[in-house]
Amino acid sequence: MATQVFKLPESLKGDVKYSFCPGCDHGIAVRLVAEVIDELGIRENTILSASIGCSVTTYDFINVDALEAPHGRAMAEATGIKRARPDKIVFTYQGDGDFASIGLAESMHAALRGEKLTAICINNTTYGMTGGQLGPTTLLGQVTTTSPTGRNVDYYGYPIKIAEHIALCDGTAFSARVSLDTVANIRKAKQAIKKAFEVQIKGLGFGFVEILSTCPTNWKMSPQKAHERVRNEMMAVFKPGIYKDQT
Amino acid sequence: MTTECLTNKKVLTKGNYAIAQAAILAGCQCYFGYPITPQSEIGEFMSGKMQELKRGYVSAESELAAINMTIGAVSTGVKAMTSSSSCAVALMQEGLSYATADELPVVLISVMRGGPGLGNIYPSQGDYFQATKGGGNGDYHLIVLAPSTVQECVDLTYKAFYLAQKYRNPAVLLADGLLGQMMEPVEFYDYPYPEIDTSSWALTGAKGREARIIRSYAPLADNQCVFLEKLYQKYKVIEENEVEWEEINTDDADIILVSFGSTSRNAKTAMKQLREKGIKAGLFRPVTLYPFPNKRLHELAQKTKKFVTVEVNMGQMVNDVRLAVNGACPVELVNKGVGAPPSAAEIVSKIEELL
Repeated sequence: MATQVFKLPESLKGDVKYSFCPGCDHGIAVRLVAEVIDELGIRENTILSASIGCSVTTYDFINVDALEAPHGRAMAEATGIKRARPDKIVFTYQGDGDFASIGLAESMHAALRGEKLTAICINNTTYGMTGGQLGPTTLLGQVTTTSPTGRNVDYYGYPIKIAEHIALCDGTAFSARVSLDTVANIRKAKQAIKKAFEVQIKGLGFGFVEILSTCPTNWKMSPQKAHERVRNEMMAVFKPGIYKDQT
Repeated sequence: MTTECLTNKKVLTKGNYAIAQAAILAGCQCYFGYPITPQSEIGEFMSGKMQELKRGYVSAESELAAINMTIGAVSTGVKAMTSSSSCAVALMQEGLSYATADELPVVLISVMRGGPGLGNIYPSQGDYFQATKGGGNGDYHLIVLAPSTVQECVDLTYKAFYLAQKYRNPAVLLADGLLGQMMEPVEFYDYPYPEIDTSSWALTGAKGREARIIRSYAPLADNQCVFLEKLYQKYKVIEENEVEWEEINTDDADIILVSFGSTSRNAKTAMKQLREKGIKAGLFRPVTLYPFPNKRLHELAQKTKKFVTVEVNMGQMVNDVRLAVNGACPVELVNKGVGAPPSAAEIVSKIEELL
């Protein structure tokens, strides 16, 4: 007798064209979010505030109502949705440029206000969609199209440690940084995403997960090498862990 | 100003409070704002009243956030608004462009002050272009309503909510510092428009239906062309149905003063004084700045001898009047850069120079 060992989450749209690059971790992250939405049974009550960048296509995959925000404004639009409909589960799915550069004010203030929202932020140390420019999380020494000899402090300053900053906001109920480089870490990532939704559902405050992610195309690496970079270079600076948990 | 709901009673109140109270009575469920003179009383009033009524209120971290919070709220089908002034409305232009592309009924109260740049907090009409031409990217229009009295601040706030929802397009109440700060007797009354059903498009969670996406991203040029054609069909309907203006003594007028907002009140007095001097003057006051009363101005141009726009800016609406008149007769400008509107005597003397 056949046993089903694999199925798509209900919160994932089935028949859609996959738009992320091969080896990009967005695919895993989106799936984890969909699995969590399934497990919490909130799909029909959830609204996504979508962002700009590679993350913009999230609404093509996750089967929930969605509003597309201008670049950096996903937390503001999520705040508006939640204040208008406090009974809805509202989340954003943003890149590090969207969340922590152009949208830093919106992100920090949503956390400081303790908005009952969940934010998922993909940190791949670059602006992926525009072709690999230096972003707020680009590592020191990292070569990008706008740091041709590598990020140096004199010209570019330092990368931001997002999960730590968000944890410092009094309105934050959960803040964690996770990675997707191994199966074990993918499992931990899913647990963190689930907690970030649970603090919203319980009304405890702002839930945040920073996901260290690959960008094989712009890093010019194979998916395997890209995951090695996450492990060896990114994790050395952006240490995975739970920075705040008020559950 | 009391935070009591004062329907069907005449009260003496400031324009800013009148607008805020009208928004409450119109059923505005959420307010998002950032302080800026000369409209800060709107946010102050809302902060107390919205909490009292258990509606949504956020002291936003910036105008960028405020307009986008408003977009978020209205995307769920409720009435919501933000308010601001000139240099800070400039920060909202991106959001307004998105809201037109998303077809979302945002209401913005824009209380004009002096510009460009930081300018000053005196009254001004320097944001006629900003409101009617769109400071954001791409092809779009905002519905723009221009009150001239505190009572009209109430009437047109109601109308802004109605038209925004009816056409799923942002609507702007374009007031100025004078209207915002001055007190006049006002009568509040129940929201006079039918409630618009938003259930066919609002984001409420995909329960028992397909998930909805509200977005402006249109990666293919052809799709964007189709959308723009549809959007401009809507604007055609708005232009055919929603133009509003007031005209006085235009039938036999040799000269018609065209003026909007608080400035039009001095223009009206000037028109009367010109009549007393034997000059056949009339007044034309656009109430909707978009849609603009092009057709009526064009008709009047066939029988009058001259138009004079009276504005507190360096000459903005005068361009639209010239387009409407299309060379049928001269269109002159009497203006003042910023501040209280030119007095009736000043307007009369400048017009006498033009004759």
